[in-house]
Amino acid sequence: MKGHVWRPLYAVICLVVLVLAARYFMVPKDFGIYERGYMYGFHRKSAEDYWKAFKVKYQFNTDYCKDCHADKYSIMQTPHAIIHCENCHGPVLDHPSDPEKLTVDKKRELCLRCHYPLHYPTSGRANIRGVDPEKHNPGIECSTCHNPHMPSLEAMK
Amino acid sequence: MVHGELWTVKELFVLPNEYIYWSIQIVMYPFMTGLVAGAFVLSSLYHVFGIKQLKNMARFSLVFSFALLPVAMMPLMLHLQQPQRGIEVLMTPHFTSAIAAFGIVFSTYGIIVASELWFVYRKHFVETALSLRRKADKNPLDQVKHLFFSALTLGAYDVSEGALHQDEKAVKILAGIGIPVACFLHGYAGFIFGSVKANALWMTPLMPVIFIMSAVVSGIALCMLTYIVVMEIKKFNVRRAQSSASNLPTSEAIKGIELNEIRITARYLLFFLLFAISLELLDLIFRGYTAVKTWDILRSVIYGKDFTDIFILQYGVGNLLPLILFLWPRLTIRRALVGVIFVLFGVFMMRWNVVIGGQSFSLTFAGYMHYHLPIIPRNWETFKEGLAGALMVAATPFILFWIFSKIFPVFSQDAEELP
Amino acid sequence: MISRRDFLKNAIKGIAGLSIPLSVIEIASPRKIFALNDVKAGVRWAFLIDTHKCVGCGLCVKACKTENEIPYDANVTRTWVERYVHLKDGRDFADTPKGGRDGFTTSKIDLGEGHYQNIDEKDIDKAFFVPKLCNQCENPPCVQVCPVGATFQTPEGVVLVDRSWCIGCGYCIMACPYGARFFHPVLHVAEKCTFCYHRVNRGLKPACVDACPFGARMIANIKDPGDPVTKIIMTERVNVLKSEYGTKPQAYYIGLDEEVR
Repeated sequence: MKGHVWRPLYAVICLVVLVLAARYFMVPKDFGIYERGYMYGFHRKSAEDYWKAFKVKYQFNTDYCKDCHADKYSIMQTPHAIIHCENCHGPVLDHPSDPEKLTVDKKRELCLRCHYPLHYPTSGRANIRGVDPEKHNPGIECSTCHNPHMPSLEAMK
Repeated sequence: MVHGELWTVKELFVLPNEYIYWSIQIVMYPFMTGLVAGAFVLSSLYHVFGIKQLKNMARFSLVFSFALLPVAMMPLMLHLQQPQRGIEVLMTPHFTSAIAAFGIVFSTYGIIVASELWFVYRKHFVETALSLRRKADKNPLDQVKHLFFSALTLGAYDVSEGALHQDEKAVKILAGIGIPVACFLHGYAGFIFGSVKANALWMTPLMPVIFIMSAVVSGIALCMLTYIVVMEIKKFNVRRAQSSASNLPTSEAIKGIELNEIRITARYLLFFLLFAISLELLDLIFRGYTAVKTWDILRSVIYGKDFTDIFILQYGVGNLLPLILFLWPRLTIRRALVGVIFVLFGVFMMRWNVVIGGQSFSLTFAGYMHYHLPIIPRNWETFKEGLAGALMVAATPFILFWIFSKIFPVFSQDAEELP
Repeated sequence: MISRRDFLKNAIKGIAGLSIPLSVIEIASPRKIFALNDVKAGVRWAFLIDTHKCVGCGLCVKACKTENEIPYDANVTRTWVERYVHLKDGRDFADTPKGGRDGFTTSKIDLGEGHYQNIDEKDIDKAFFVPKLCNQCENPPCVQVCPVGATFQTPEGVVLVDRSWCIGCGYCIMACPYGARFFHPVLHVAEKCTFCYHRVNRGLKPACVDACPFGARMIANIKDPGDPVTKIIMTERVNVLKSEYGTKPQAYYIGLDEEVR
């Protein structure tokens, strides 16, 4: 077939060329198939760098706080030794420069995470002593009587 | 509020990150693309298989198919959390994903329909362009129209017998190629759901076929519906202009042709409808018979929670009633009208039951999620993912069709002489 | 009526037409354009969870949210803790209130829509907590279905999201059988647990691993036979979640009960 029937095809070819040109400018140069192949590794390589550079908030380093807060390390002789400081006090970030002070969460809910009694057979939760929050001094902060860094009242006697 | 939290209510054991993420717009999307595919298949019945009695319906459904195409994009753009990045599907398509096929298939299909329209209407473009060129004093609108129609001719002004014959051949070829592409367009939409192994309701190899069949059903039904409505307008105009002597066909003549085309189209509608029903029932029976681990929760959703949506609305109103209406002898236009409205409703409910139904139960198989469609748009989110957005999507093809009919005349006198 | 000959002619044209869209996919395949980078990493991260040790304190969830900047009040989380209670009369209950973010501070099971199930402790046969997170599967279905290549797997096996490329279609979220993915409430792109990729690359452990006071969570380089956690995975009876999906999840569980979803 000759002549005008091919006109729409030429229009289509122009369109395809436009799309390919747009592709050249819009797609990042490091977009491609990497180690995990086409199915699992088709991506922009520099996206990995974004995640590698993501800011670290927690240190979770047991010795980090010792220099300034040695008195709190009495916690190491108690069952609370297994709880990292940052769990209750928030991430250290650049403390002491920023933030100057870390939070001290005194709400009952923080203690209830472990100390609400759930005697579940086969679960480690059954081994943790607890109190009924509605009966045991309701409304008062737990730390009024229990020092979280030396929680045992028996030991204090 | 996280995306989806606004319209999801969780019951029993549901995972923290589970919400109904794919809401009304994802129901609208396969519905609209189904109409696209169905309308095109209908038009191809005339162009490829030469069923002459469907000539008017065919031309009409081709233009309507084109009007539906941009509308198919709308629900996706409204749903995407980053719609401005939507073009990435064309830039870096990841073809292991069914959605990536969208870019290629959609473009291919659009090109085929546009080309076919060009060949069908080229004579009209040439005549309009030439008559505007000959016009002595052109107002600004005429100038614009002249430029527009001249551009549309793509410089091919030869309207001799031979050239027009070539146009007809091209239309036939394009319509033939277009059928599998239209099937692919909607088949892949079914594949999007059917291939998600994480979703117990969606995962079935039958899904692409069910989607294609119900798409064709909906396309035919929509074209029949709009055809009937337009014919009513034509008859109304003729009755109003009864006094002036005109060479327009009488109301009775219109009705005669209309009834004939409706009856023939209804037969094709019935064929695809029965096929679609059989596949869906097969899927349901199979699941109940094999009763795999997920059957308990699925049964409670299908026969419990969603019973009304599935059996009363989709199968009852959407399939059974139209079957009765169309199978009853001596089909009238009024009965056909009611029938196609029910069919369209049934196809919509099918999409709803798949998309929303598939998200009605949790990945834990021990919890449920209830969907509350936002009715009143209070902000952009409740508009685009609510009833208002869905209605906007549903209304747009008609507006576009009205605009397109000014370029591609469907029912005027000149239209009668087109291939 | 159309003649048999014409029907056949048209059918052949139709089939030929069908092959065109398929061949376009082949020509445009990026595989022919980009070279394959075949580098084998000496590291493959895997996770180990001991469900006997987990007490449901939820400190891991809190630490994860802070470390990874997921708004605390948002009802989505990269990791969460589930509670399962199996009663003597055979009934099972499970819940995950706010993903365990605030721990489990009531014996009542959260049934949703404001309903609660009272549980009498003496009726319990067994009950336990199960922490969950992204399994960084060997065959991640979420990566397979991403239409634009916005999510991918690193050579170390961690599945990440390219936040600047994700279009927010949600297909990856639907494809994950474990419910590990969600939309970031602020950035409006897909989000998931990354095994704290930014920490493990610096020789640190994921925030949830360090935060857990009871040592219920452990991370391992499964390619390193000398890694103590790898040794546990290899020598003790461990299980994975939903292995029937073929995803090959790399989060292993000790004491994974049959009831766990």
